[in-house]
Amino acid sequence: MDISIIFKIAGIGILTAVLHSILKQFGKEEQAHLATLAGVTIVLFMVIQLLSGLFDYVRSVFSLY
Amino acid sequence: MEILQIVGLGLITTVFYLILKERKEEIAIALTIAFTALIFVLMMDKIQAVLQVFEDLALKANVNMFYLTTVFKIIGIAYIAEFGAQICRDADSEAIAGKIEFAAKIIIMVLAIPIMVAILETIVRLIP
Repeated sequence: MDISIIFKIAGIGILTAVLHSILKQFGKEEQAHLATLAGVTIVLFMVIQLLSGLFDYVRSVFSLY
Repeated sequence: MEILQIVGLGLITTVFYLILKERKEEIAIALTIAFTALIFVLMMDKIQAVLQVFEDLALKANVNMFYLTTVFKIIGIAYIAEFGAQICRDADSEAIAGKIEFAAKIIIMVLAIPIMVAILETIVRLIP
């Protein structure tokens, strides 16, 4: 629950974007889409972990059982 | 002191959002979700302190705890619904945001009914 998760997501996003365009230059269209998909899933995984932590915390604070 | 960190982090996230926006829209939205969730968590300790004060006051005034927990639930639902609706609105999906708020209103209405009934009963009892 620290601030570094934002920089991780931003880093992965920029890396995926660059990887996508590089692979497109090499003419490997499918690998480019696969790389983007991999980047997006990793980012989603981290975001979902953060959200589950948030929702548990809110549930305990507001006693929203 | 935290406000400086939050503003700084918000500006940095906005810049990253703009960088990612034209290439990878989905990761940009994930970045927004991550930032809003993070700020929500950071602010939750302060909200908890405020709620604790309300609880102590209610205990002193021996108000029925059921009403207070209902009010806390309603506040929690409102916060989370607004959190989700704004992210959806940020991603230009107005319909989804509208539906989230619609569902939140219905749930809050359902939660508020016991309190309304209790108030009406006390009013009826007051009238001789």
